[in-house]
Amino acid sequence: MNNDTLIPYIGVVTDIRQDTPDVKTFRVVSPEGGKVFEHMPGQCAMLSIPGVGEAMFSITSSPTNREFMEFSIKKCGCLTTWLHAMDVGQQITIRGPYGNAFPVETELKGKDLLFIAGGIGLAPLRSVINYVRDNRSNYGDVQVIYGSRSKDDLVDYQEIIDEWMNDDGIEVNLTIDNPQEGWDGHVGFVPNYVKELDPSINKTVLICGPPIMIKFTLAGLKELGFKETQVYTTMELRMKCGVGKCGRCNIGNKYVCKDGPVFRFDQLGELPDEY
Amino acid sequence: MLKISLDKLDKLFEAISATKTLYIPTDREDGAAEYRKYESGMKLSSALNTVRSAKDFFFPQTENLVDFKMDGKNIEVIDVREESEDFVIFGVRACDARSFTILDKVFLAEPVDSYYKNRRDHGTVVAMACTRPAETCFCGTFGIDAAAPEGDAACYSDGESLFIEAHNEKGQQFIDSIASLLKDGDTSKLEEVRAKTREILKKLPLAKLTTDNFGGDKLNEYFNSDKWGELSESCLGCGTCTFVCPTCQCYDIKDFNTGHGIKRFRCWDSCMYSDFTKMAHGNPRLTQLERFRQRFMHKLVYFPANNNGEFGCVGCGRCLAKCPISMNIVKVMKALEVK
Repeated sequence: MNNDTLIPYIGVVTDIRQDTPDVKTFRVVSPEGGKVFEHMPGQCAMLSIPGVGEAMFSITSSPTNREFMEFSIKKCGCLTTWLHAMDVGQQITIRGPYGNAFPVETELKGKDLLFIAGGIGLAPLRSVINYVRDNRSNYGDVQVIYGSRSKDDLVDYQEIIDEWMNDDGIEVNLTIDNPQEGWDGHVGFVPNYVKELDPSINKTVLICGPPIMIKFTLAGLKELGFKETQVYTTMELRMKCGVGKCGRCNIGNKYVCKDGPVFRFDQLGELPDEY
Repeated sequence: MLKISLDKLDKLFEAISATKTLYIPTDREDGAAEYRKYESGMKLSSALNTVRSAKDFFFPQTENLVDFKMDGKNIEVIDVREESEDFVIFGVRACDARSFTILDKVFLAEPVDSYYKNRRDHGTVVAMACTRPAETCFCGTFGIDAAAPEGDAACYSDGESLFIEAHNEKGQQFIDSIASLLKDGDTSKLEEVRAKTREILKKLPLAKLTTDNFGGDKLNEYFNSDKWGELSESCLGCGTCTFVCPTCQCYDIKDFNTGHGIKRFRCWDSCMYSDFTKMAHGNPRLTQLERFRQRFMHKLVYFPANNNGEFGCVGCGRCLAKCPISMNIVKVMKALEVK
């Protein structure tokens, strides 16, 4: 019988990084070494511990990474609590890749890019940011505006400090919600910081974060003159199959798992407000 | 057309079940009809339709997808799929026969669901024309002719004989396998019976129900209708409509620890349930209004939008008969279409 997407592969967790108090980044390879499958930035995978649960996570590593996949996961439910408690060497099941991707090879090519992320919302965008860094000549200016509750809640802070901020090719603007000892950077919410920075309206925007952040940031972008057709986001809904059959992530005539998770805001506007 | 005398149905069933597993609608002790595996002496139900739809044959209520063996940090994936046996479902009504083509659009779309396809490949659907449609029937609304059902093969009764014709290769193979029992028959009386059935269909209380005002282009109009509150007010969220529905296909995937390993199951689920879309961070459909609306919007607007105008309903009438608060798709259609 042919392979069925519902039958998963095995992945081995080879590294676990405590990113923030409630976010860990897991490195996953196949038991034979190397990646379990290829993906494009923005696509997702179903991770499971049999008997505990299975859920959809964005692949935070860039496809330009030839050795492994990474998943930045916030501890917030049964499965994620289990994942946070496991040790290196643990096998998990993995299937995918699922969904569309950010259009890095088409609509985004040659464009000036503005990434706006809040909290764990950096996870899906990190895949695109590193893909763009590894294919730098294909894109124009790159700016990243990233905010979190506190300095300790910035996901991938070390990579941001060590790599992105030392990369002449991208401008990084960090902010945290409240003043904190040892932080001399910007303080304030992401939507306001975006308005303060007043980015050029020629940029194409990729945004991910808590719904409330997205809502206010989008309103701010519109005030600055951005159009919905130049803003992309990635969505999150409960999923079981990953291929548009189980019905859970159905919104309007779209299935977020296969027609998304990446949507442009003008496309999102055509769907019922049920996300 | 080939026929067999109705008093020789036993012989027909014996012949079919000699080579393939046969399922027929038969009456339970309580009088309700259900599909059962044929055994000698079993009688074909005279009921209009089975309480449960026939979707179980291809999309069972519960099925084992895959097993896992856990050993320390290691996991072994065990593919439990087996080639399905060949089987015949006899006596499927026109509504249920159409439901399979609707389910096909979901499960046979890429990536193909191998579990569903396996059963579909091995199952032969022998449909049975209706002669006494009920007042809850409205298959005609969806372009289904109860007197000329789809399926791999179809049967028609004129009261004396059962006429059988093939619709495709699989149906022809079925007829070939029972050819020795069949003989050519005069269909003139059958045409009379069919004409009479179509007359009854025209007079059914729901005969005038149309889908003219529904379809993929009506998304915002119907989603934002102020009728949903009133319509969903009494909905208990019991999911009965979903479970008896031949086209509802939403499912859940859950693991069960047997003590010797993990079995992963696929089970029917319902968008009417409060935890259907519930995530660790919240639930996008918090009220029964939103969940109720999802089920009907999917059947009347979203499904046709993605499937060339085909609706996610076959008018079998099961939800009309079974909903504990007497709410159903007909009431929803009538309430919404008032402009």
